[in-house]
Amino acid sequence: MNELPQQLANGLILGAMYGLIAIGYTMVYGIVQLINFAHGEIFMVGGFGALTVFLLLPSGVNLLYALPLMLIGAVLVAVLVGVAAERFAYRPLRGAPRLAPLITAIGLSIALQQAVWKWYPEGNKARVFPQFKGDSFQILGATVQRGDIFVLVAAPVCMIALGFFVSRTRSGRAMQATAQDPDTAKLMGINTDRIIVLAFAIGAAFAGVAAVAYGLRTGEVQFRMGFILGLKAFTAAVLGGIGNIYGAMLGGVVLGVAEALATGYIEDIPGMQQFGGGAWKDVWAFVLLILVLLLRPQGLLGERVADRA
Amino acid sequence: MHHRSLLILTTAVTAGALTLTACGSRDEGSKGGESAKTSVTIGLDAPVTGELSALGLGIRNSAQLAVDNANKAGEVKGVTFKLEPLDDKAQANVGQQNATKLAGDKDVLGIVGPLNSSVAQSMQQVAQQSGVVLISPANTTPDLTQGKDWKQNKRVRQFSTYFRTATTDEVQGAFDGQFAWEKGKFKNAYVIDDQKTYGAGLAASFKTQFTKLGGKVVGSEHVNPEDRDFKAVVAKVKAAKPDVVFYGGEYPAAGPLSQQLKDGGVTAPLMGGDGMYSADYIQLNKKAQGDYASSVGKPVEQLESAKKFIADYKAAGYKDRYEAYGGSTYDATWAVIQAVKKVVADNGGKLPTDARKKVVDALNKVSFDGVTGHVAFDQYGDTTNTMITAYQVDQGKWVARFSAEFKKFDKAGKS
Repeated sequence: MNELPQQLANGLILGAMYGLIAIGYTMVYGIVQLINFAHGEIFMVGGFGALTVFLLLPSGVNLLYALPLMLIGAVLVAVLVGVAAERFAYRPLRGAPRLAPLITAIGLSIALQQAVWKWYPEGNKARVFPQFKGDSFQILGATVQRGDIFVLVAAPVCMIALGFFVSRTRSGRAMQATAQDPDTAKLMGINTDRIIVLAFAIGAAFAGVAAVAYGLRTGEVQFRMGFILGLKAFTAAVLGGIGNIYGAMLGGVVLGVAEALATGYIEDIPGMQQFGGGAWKDVWAFVLLILVLLLRPQGLLGERVADRA
Repeated sequence: MHHRSLLILTTAVTAGALTLTACGSRDEGSKGGESAKTSVTIGLDAPVTGELSALGLGIRNSAQLAVDNANKAGEVKGVTFKLEPLDDKAQANVGQQNATKLAGDKDVLGIVGPLNSSVAQSMQQVAQQSGVVLISPANTTPDLTQGKDWKQNKRVRQFSTYFRTATTDEVQGAFDGQFAWEKGKFKNAYVIDDQKTYGAGLAASFKTQFTKLGGKVVGSEHVNPEDRDFKAVVAKVKAAKPDVVFYGGEYPAAGPLSQQLKDGGVTAPLMGGDGMYSADYIQLNKKAQGDYASSVGKPVEQLESAKKFIADYKAAGYKDRYEAYGGSTYDATWAVIQAVKKVVADNGGKLPTDARKKVVDALNKVSFDGVTGHVAFDQYGDTTNTMITAYQVDQGKWVARFSAEFKKFDKAGKS
């Protein structure tokens, strides 16, 4: 049996999830040049938001009907936490040296993890997340789990909506202007504070959607899940060119596919057997990142990094 | 102003310290006066928070039960036992801090724990230096007792203060290999491990026994213990068409792995060791039906000797289950209590000044019938009880399928 279609499908699904989270890193960076390391935890609280909604619904409810409500719950919680983080942790430090908000972000990340661990009922271990019942689908020689259809639909929809928002609406154009030059944007009458909050909110909302996708896929949410995934999504954002929303999604998909192929095929290369398999997939993902950054320091779709960083 | 507040502070601290000292000396006095009870502390180290907390809480509660029972029954005359439970979060460095803390308290005559072999590695040295007993109900890595050259049969006891009531991965993995071949009738196995001390050791020993008996390993794979997404691995497993997939690792990863295998179209059951044998495994995994896990000892529910333990555990009203290591923890704690009993008896009813050393010596000779069977230790500090049971998931529950005493690996190396 040829496992290539399967590995590509796995990579695509995983990558779409990375991409959704990466949007949050890239938007915030594009506008305030802050690497929001707490973004992985915003993703995590989104997952717990969705779980809470599900637990509040009467038991035995059809997951298909519960899903929109869970999605609203995830997005709501993630956006609330994201916006609160901006307001109370980052805004007071705007104008401070770049290192200060970065360290605040790391502190916030730990604080959010511990808060869920301590105060969410049984948050100290993995909580079971509902999953769709029934068999997987067979698509083009690949087995795709029911829950994964969600991310395959949600990711493109979210991207198209975001693209439309950024290029066609007033707020979107204001956002582009703020990203290009915050001071001039302010002179043109743009309320940059509002735009920054908006960037955090959109990033958090996407993380909420990704959290639901993660829950449906793995069947669990737990307080540490944002750490590794956040790191991977950040990698995806850098890979695609940080600051570019399409780059974030592309970077996510490239990273996901690279991981899947590394797991599947590296060991078939003569002499590379001991470097193959699941244990080395992260290594290969980062090798790819380094190669891309060597050849294209601005990332796959990035631009104008030199005058920023 | 500054000086005055400093003065007040100093006075308060001194007064407080003096009061405390006074309390202490009064206690001492009453002890001498009427041969009142000496207090012995037994430390406990287990992950009671985090992903492995289901197992850790079972360990903590069972040790507490043993201590309470000993106190209630007056097991050792003139001695009251106290349990001091600490949380290691399944992290080696935290375990080491806990060991240091417990070893620093001279009332501590034994430490029960930890759950993870990797944590034990960091605690053994500390326990050895302070001469305090470390007895684990769950560590199964052979290296801990027999040294890293056990595979070449150069077995040397590593730490004179380290004991365990769980049998080793060498025995358990070999049992799994034999079970898969003889009882499961599986011909082809796919072996996955999580690269941790426990998982890799178990998988290696499964592989050895399974191939020795004639089975074929059609592929092997390593994953990261933090991973929850195994789709890429699943695709490889599916292509290799095994009859059984063996996983050396623990249930937080094994649950999603099993489910993703079945979602991905692999029909072979997942099989693992005691790290997978947890009720949470079934909870996290809606497609666990038919999966196997082995665990050390006989199922406590089936043992005559465990009836009292189960009844007591229920009566004590703990809200967590005793899980896989409840029985072996009770036995480990009880072994320490028995050692203290012997030391006290040999010393005319009083605790000697070099109690820690004497407890280590006594533990080497301990022998009693515990919850999981007969409790005694061999020359490496390993339990002499090699009873192992294979369980299978059926209707959302672990059901015992087969128990056997695995043939003892003898000292000369003829297996």
